[in-house]
Amino acid sequence: MTPARGPRAVRIAAGQGFWGDWLEAPYRQVTGGPVDYLMMDYLAEVTMSILQKQKSRDPSLGYAKDFVSSMERILPIVAERGIKVTANAGGVNPRACAQAVADVARRLTLGGKLRIGVVTGDDLLGRLDGLLARGHELRNLDTGRPLSDVRDRVLAANAYLGARPIVEALRQGADVVITGRVTDTGLTLAPMIHAFDWPPDAWDLLAAGTVAGHTIECGAQCSGGNCLVDWERIPDLANVGYPIVEARADGTFEISKHPGTGGRISVAGVTEQLVYEMGDPAAYITPDCIADFTTIRLEQAGKDRVRVSGVRGKPATDKLKVSVAYFYGYKAVGTLVYSWPDAYAKARAADRVLRRRLESLGLRFEAIHTELVGADATHGRLALEDLAVEGLPEVQLRVGVRSPDRAAVERFTREIAPLILNGPPSVTGFAGGRPKPEEIVAYWPALLDKTMVEPCVEIVEA
Amino acid sequence: MKRRSSKRRVRLVELAHARSGDKGDTANVGLIARKPEYYPLLVNQVTVARVARHFKDMITGHVERFELPNLHALNFLLHGALDGGGTISLKTDAQGKVLSTALLRLVVELPR
Repeated sequence: MTPARGPRAVRIAAGQGFWGDWLEAPYRQVTGGPVDYLMMDYLAEVTMSILQKQKSRDPSLGYAKDFVSSMERILPIVAERGIKVTANAGGVNPRACAQAVADVARRLTLGGKLRIGVVTGDDLLGRLDGLLARGHELRNLDTGRPLSDVRDRVLAANAYLGARPIVEALRQGADVVITGRVTDTGLTLAPMIHAFDWPPDAWDLLAAGTVAGHTIECGAQCSGGNCLVDWERIPDLANVGYPIVEARADGTFEISKHPGTGGRISVAGVTEQLVYEMGDPAAYITPDCIADFTTIRLEQAGKDRVRVSGVRGKPATDKLKVSVAYFYGYKAVGTLVYSWPDAYAKARAADRVLRRRLESLGLRFEAIHTELVGADATHGRLALEDLAVEGLPEVQLRVGVRSPDRAAVERFTREIAPLILNGPPSVTGFAGGRPKPEEIVAYWPALLDKTMVEPCVEIVEA
Repeated sequence: MKRRSSKRRVRLVELAHARSGDKGDTANVGLIARKPEYYPLLVNQVTVARVARHFKDMITGHVERFELPNLHALNFLLHGALDGGGTISLKTDAQGKVLSTALLRLVVELPR
């Protein structure tokens, strides 16, 4: 028998793995069985730039609006059961997001019953010139270039905050904590630090909470979704259960899901999620600690239940990661579908015709990228080595261009349709119309001294 | 009488499963042994050099490998795999989500 230590296990449910994830999941998580916290992760690298685009069009936007609709549906249940919510749905405008949730709470006559914590301080846009002037170069972690190279095109700059400001909001009695750019793992780690009162230098415990966060931050991707191993036999994905961490004060935890739901929680499936978006497994760096994924022990502790133990951690670094979004240029992607006979050869021929026309128009592109969907789009040459292309019933020609020059991309979009009548035969699939040039807001990862960032916690009474 | 070869050539998909993701223009592929006893074979045969050759002219940068014996897994970083990555990339698989399965096409040798 395991002796009880400290408070009982704390149950943290994942309700959203990215912005655009299943709208039913948060509701199912708070109604399917007992949970203490609902964790919702909305921010991917790409998401911040999308939110920034929205805010630049309308200053009252820039957060994940889906979160507000979700809260409208679950707030009465969450309030009644005392479930607390942590979400980085605030994006580049957490105060506006909190205001929208407060409005919803009042509409649901929960006014006066809900405290919303708002975590800010991650936004560095207004301070960027000062930081650069003081010698913080914010060099690109991939290319080594200093941020000054693209300073005039920067649209957003956010430091990744850790779990601590969320813990502070929970300590101040917040029922719902809405953050800007906080690490995905911090959303799960914070409730553990709060519930178990883990000290700031309990590196093994903080690392264990970070591993728990990494395991459930992509929602159902650890409970049977997008799971390659034995995928045909994973039961009832239509009714998939999102994961729940049952955390204990000693840093061990179990991954489970509500009874009666579909999907599967297995050692193999959890392992797939652990290696997802992994760099050096011995040094998974967050603002809170460095977690060593080579120390993780997994065991099947029951049906749809995996026990995680053994996690070791190291002291956090003195840096925070910063994500900068900057304007990069334009792109567009056009597609056409060619049919048997010789679908593959026709699509290749059409690509050659198109490229020759772009060249004779004198259009300059940073890149022209051709894929034949149904043949080489995802595995390239590796797929073609094993494929008899002659027999393919159809192939989609997919051509993308990228350029700093909008006019060049615009002209490219007008060169696709003519191919239907003046290129190779047996072509269809143009019902979607002309492709649209799209602005590229790109991602610039950098590091900044921790001392330069001051997280801020406010409480909004709904 | 023909002598049977002492080795059997199989695709990695029979011995391992995998999941991949992105960090900027770098894709990671986590390769997991289907049975613990396959792990040493992965360590010996799925080397940095072999993986770099497998993805030759599909990636512009180098390959790194990390070992996770506790999970019977290897983690590969494929640098310059995503045409700039994220929003810049023109690829269908801009985030390298199925580069995992591309690695599983690799042929390895099994003792009979």
